[in-house]
Amino acid sequence: MSKGRFGIHGGQYLPETLMNAVIELEQAYDKYKNDPEFNAELTKLFNEYAGRPSLLYYAKNMTEDLGGCKIYLKREDLNHTGSHKINNVLGQTLLAKRMGKTRVIAETGAGQHGVATATAAALLGMECEIFMGKEDTERQALNVYRMELLGAKVHPVSSGTGTLKDAVNETMREWSGRCDDTLYVLGSVMGPHPFPTIVRDFQSVISKEIKAQMLEAEGRLPDVVLACVGGGSNAMGAFYNFIEDKSVRLIGCEAAGRGADTPETAATIATGREGIFHGMKSYFCQNEYGQIAPVYSISAGLDYPGIGPEHAYLHDIGRAQYVPVTDDEAVNAFEYLSRKEGIIPAIESAHAVAHAMKLAPTMDKDQIMVINISGRGDKDCAAIARYRGVEIYE
Amino acid sequence: MSKITNAFTAGKAFIPFITCGDPNLETTERVVLAMAEAGADIIELGIPFSDPTAEGPVIQAASERALENGTTTDDIFDMVRRLREKISTPLVFMTYANVVFSYGTERFLSICEELDVNGLILPDVPYEEKDEFFDCCTAHKVDMISLIAPTSHDRIRMIAKDAVGFVYCVSSMGVTGVRSEIKTDLGEMVRLVKETNPDIPCAIGFGISTPEQAYQMTRIADGAIVGSAIVRIVAEQGENAVEAVREYVSAMKQACLRG
Repeated sequence: MSKGRFGIHGGQYLPETLMNAVIELEQAYDKYKNDPEFNAELTKLFNEYAGRPSLLYYAKNMTEDLGGCKIYLKREDLNHTGSHKINNVLGQTLLAKRMGKTRVIAETGAGQHGVATATAAALLGMECEIFMGKEDTERQALNVYRMELLGAKVHPVSSGTGTLKDAVNETMREWSGRCDDTLYVLGSVMGPHPFPTIVRDFQSVISKEIKAQMLEAEGRLPDVVLACVGGGSNAMGAFYNFIEDKSVRLIGCEAAGRGADTPETAATIATGREGIFHGMKSYFCQNEYGQIAPVYSISAGLDYPGIGPEHAYLHDIGRAQYVPVTDDEAVNAFEYLSRKEGIIPAIESAHAVAHAMKLAPTMDKDQIMVINISGRGDKDCAAIARYRGVEIYE
Repeated sequence: MSKITNAFTAGKAFIPFITCGDPNLETTERVVLAMAEAGADIIELGIPFSDPTAEGPVIQAASERALENGTTTDDIFDMVRRLREKISTPLVFMTYANVVFSYGTERFLSICEELDVNGLILPDVPYEEKDEFFDCCTAHKVDMISLIAPTSHDRIRMIAKDAVGFVYCVSSMGVTGVRSEIKTDLGEMVRLVKETNPDIPCAIGFGISTPEQAYQMTRIADGAIVGSAIVRIVAEQGENAVEAVREYVSAMKQACLRG
């Protein structure tokens, strides 16, 4: 069996044209991941540029209102560019620079990863091109402008369903045409090896910080950690350093769209089956002939028909649990957190908040829950207003 | 010698590709017959996939049209069953890993054997992942075709050593599609293959559309593969494309024979 496996999942299913590119990336990562100078530079960027460590905030109002366990919020929304995406992007762009690349390309769904990549490229003086589903460029017009403002070229992708999976297809096609001076900065814990490992390692700073902050605040580990899951990078980051701590429940919240029992869903674990796509073996929403399903979620960032291979493995061995959350539940949670704590979460992160609202009241007062607020919700305000029947023009 | 390798013994080979189900399978069936009659040495049948990441815009669009009109893997098997009553030309399926994996690799390949489909090309399965499909292909007398690319360099020997049927030499970086110029040092790629595995034929694909290009490619290699140029004829002429494809394949075959 090939490299980069998580149980039966993972691997390197991609065209021969790109094999030497991923091998080169793997060798560079192996060289730099334990290099003190590389890590010192990345830590400096994390702390002085991205604003890390991010806060672990005790949500007192929410805790009292729900009447169950103590609730803490990991505030990845406070990072520079407004989400956890910056963690991975700074790592990969710094690596690209070390590899002698002069250009980075990336896919984006909601635009958070695209904005983060454009930001890192501006900071490190690299060319940047972003591929974004046409439908998403319309849903997230402000983010398109932000990326352009940061000096990136944005390509709307109209093939297929014009969403995140098509943006990934197009970025892969672009990379297979030009990989000598270009690194594909993949935005989630997915794709061919070594991406799921690299992205997870750069995102694992989230759980490393939660652990230290929680020990300081409460003197013990949390009982449950919740995060939303599309490809699964913020969840993998929030889970990773707790995998060996069996007392900590790990729960990933998938986008069920209009319901996991409807065709308009993106809940991969709930409705998908084993397949091979986008460079990896994992679970995918697909029809009986293996055609990838046109998935749906109100959240452009979770509107993806697959899930990262390490999540698929954590599901298989029962270490993590994955639950579907509908559009309606997520929108309610978006509004709830805004009013209750004065924090507007990204609609993606609101999926985790929604499940927390169901789970917290069933837990004891001496138990502790951490919700990863992976991003801030400013970008979603117009779309949520429309969902509620209010027309807002950006 | 496999049926695929044998197809290269009567002079330089011309290998046309068609996306099955565009605009419908009745047309595909007639086009394939015309290709065989016009002298195609091997015919590549593309089973459409929803997300063909190795294809350029022409084959992407054809795949979308084929899937939109409801073409399934089983419908394509039925078409091949009908074709096999009329032609004995070696046939190769070209599709993506998930189409085969999802159908059940064993189930898919046992049907290939029953239908006398002689080869399988999966552009998203590189050398490192091939075992999962290769052994099952071998058991069902299907050649799993290996690809090499301009970026393969040190990988060419490793790939050539285990190659069966023929080696598919990708002429250019990027995805499938017509190109006015092919710049890769293909002679060196073919030389490295032959040095490792002298008996394996090499066919060049990606970017070829004119008889002149086919002639140039077959001076270097044992065959030329053409996809997008044919798919484009079908896209433009739809159900009326049969005669145009016949003429095109005939002209390309003649050019290859000069090579």
